[in-house]
Amino acid sequence: MQTLPKKKFYETMSYLPPLTDAEIAKQIQYMLDKGYIPCVEFNETSEPTMVYWTMWKLPLFSVRSPQEVLSEVNACRSSYPGCFIRVIGFDNIRQCQTMSFIVYKP
Amino acid sequence: MSYTKTQAKAGYQAGVKDYRLTYYTPDYTPKDTDVLAAFRVTPQPGVPIEEAGAAVAAESSTGTWTTVWTDGLTELDRYKGRCYDIEPVPGEDNQWICYIAYPLDLFEEGSVTNVLTSLVGNVFGFKALRALRLEDIRFPIALVKTYQGPPHGIVVERDKINKYGRPLLGCTIKPKLGLSAKNYGRAVYECLRGGLDFTKDDENINSQPFMRWRDRFLFVQDAITKSQAETGEIKGHYLNCTAGTCEEMMERAEFAKELKTPIIMHDYLTGGFTANTTLAKWCRRNGILLHIHRAMHAVIDRQKNHGIHFRVLAKCLRLSGGDHIHTGTVVGKLEGERASTMGFVDLLREEHVERDLSRGIYFTQDWASMPGVMAVASGGIHVWHMPALLDIFGDDAVLQFGGGTLGHPWGNAPGATANRVALEACVKARNEGRDLMREAGDIIREAARWSPELAAACELWKEIKFEYEAVDKL
Repeated sequence: MQTLPKKKFYETMSYLPPLTDAEIAKQIQYMLDKGYIPCVEFNETSEPTMVYWTMWKLPLFSVRSPQEVLSEVNACRSSYPGCFIRVIGFDNIRQCQTMSFIVYKP
Repeated sequence: MSYTKTQAKAGYQAGVKDYRLTYYTPDYTPKDTDVLAAFRVTPQPGVPIEEAGAAVAAESSTGTWTTVWTDGLTELDRYKGRCYDIEPVPGEDNQWICYIAYPLDLFEEGSVTNVLTSLVGNVFGFKALRALRLEDIRFPIALVKTYQGPPHGIVVERDKINKYGRPLLGCTIKPKLGLSAKNYGRAVYECLRGGLDFTKDDENINSQPFMRWRDRFLFVQDAITKSQAETGEIKGHYLNCTAGTCEEMMERAEFAKELKTPIIMHDYLTGGFTANTTLAKWCRRNGILLHIHRAMHAVIDRQKNHGIHFRVLAKCLRLSGGDHIHTGTVVGKLEGERASTMGFVDLLREEHVERDLSRGIYFTQDWASMPGVMAVASGGIHVWHMPALLDIFGDDAVLQFGGGTLGHPWGNAPGATANRVALEACVKARNEGRDLMREAGDIIREAARWSPELAAACELWKEIKFEYEAVDKL
């Protein structure tokens, strides 16, 4: 028997081991296949009540490959190494956010 | 002779005349504004199906058993229900589906209660019928627009609780009855800190001597606040506001709002549609999510030839208002066949659903942008069911593991973690293009290699299977 340790989590995918770049790329590919618009967000903290994280540039309307999104994640990470980063997805047909998963924790 | 016209001006003739002369109208084309109903009719031996179908149309609209002189003061053609089509049920020698059209004017705006009082009222006790089942209702857009519907709906709920791209996880706190409020709150805290999004009051927890509602609400809110601070994720507990009177129900809802709790709960069939609609409207005004339980549904929907199919009760709930509703699991211990279940799950979640008899959908239904309702799959499920549940229900569902969380050998929190890990492993695998059904075992076993909580759950439940034959098949 074990006691569950007290830990912070970051919603979807945060109960898995940290995703590798290759794994992140596959999730982004799924997003693109679904026609979702990827977007990179970052923030200094991750309180559950913090609705908006800061957008890294604009939503990536014109990306064709996961690699382009990953390079934005990495650029964001170099500029803000002390911030949490997540990739989110928008569906402009249903007019809502459809995905969000954590890709970097400081 | 045409049966479609009633002739009030011919003068009043007292007596009993065949229903079919007035209410069976095979040449009638339903209007876009008509409410349409599909009834499964089993007539008594010797009663022709046209007479039985017409009787259903009559008794659920303007008709009574004998002619009355006041019929002459109204234009029956404007108000009568019409049996416009009859189709035999394949494989049954004494059952037919009777399609009936009701003019829009028969119904009060925004009242599910009124629709059901008309359509499933006296007619169900009618002597000429051996059995009668309401299979489906088509609500015309003109009527749909008079209902508020779900207080928030799937999209707004996700935005409020910040959970995207996966089903939500819940758990009903057990034992059903007998815990003190503080002990109950502790069970809630342990579940939520372990990674569940929601916990749930059991439906029969209202306000009993062992745990009064106000005490429960207070301790549970403490559990929510603490687990939220500890995990950094948004948490909720369906605080059951179902009560003996509407005034008491509203008092509980108001107190829940004071506590700033995110979601409350109501039992819509035992509580009644009028109470439910009142609460749903209050929930939208006050920004609180509404979880709906469906106790008593099996009394109404389980028999294949009599009662009301759950797809009708599901549509009525979407109109009356609720953000979640229980739908059965397909894989677990409870009743429900996959095609039929997914038929009404679509009716709850989608904006437009086409007629499809293979899924039990008798009418094309357009919801005119009314928000969708999350399907809740609850009962007898555990980690090994996770791949199938995700495959069947997709993302817009709440998967509720009661025994599957609380029954974990290390307790609630590790039990919750096991479920969350299994869920996220399945979501990740699906998004990577893996086949959830074919690779189900592998996906769970791979995750169990690095999650001791999941490994313990897998070990405990590996042998359990639920393979009872469904009573109500299409």
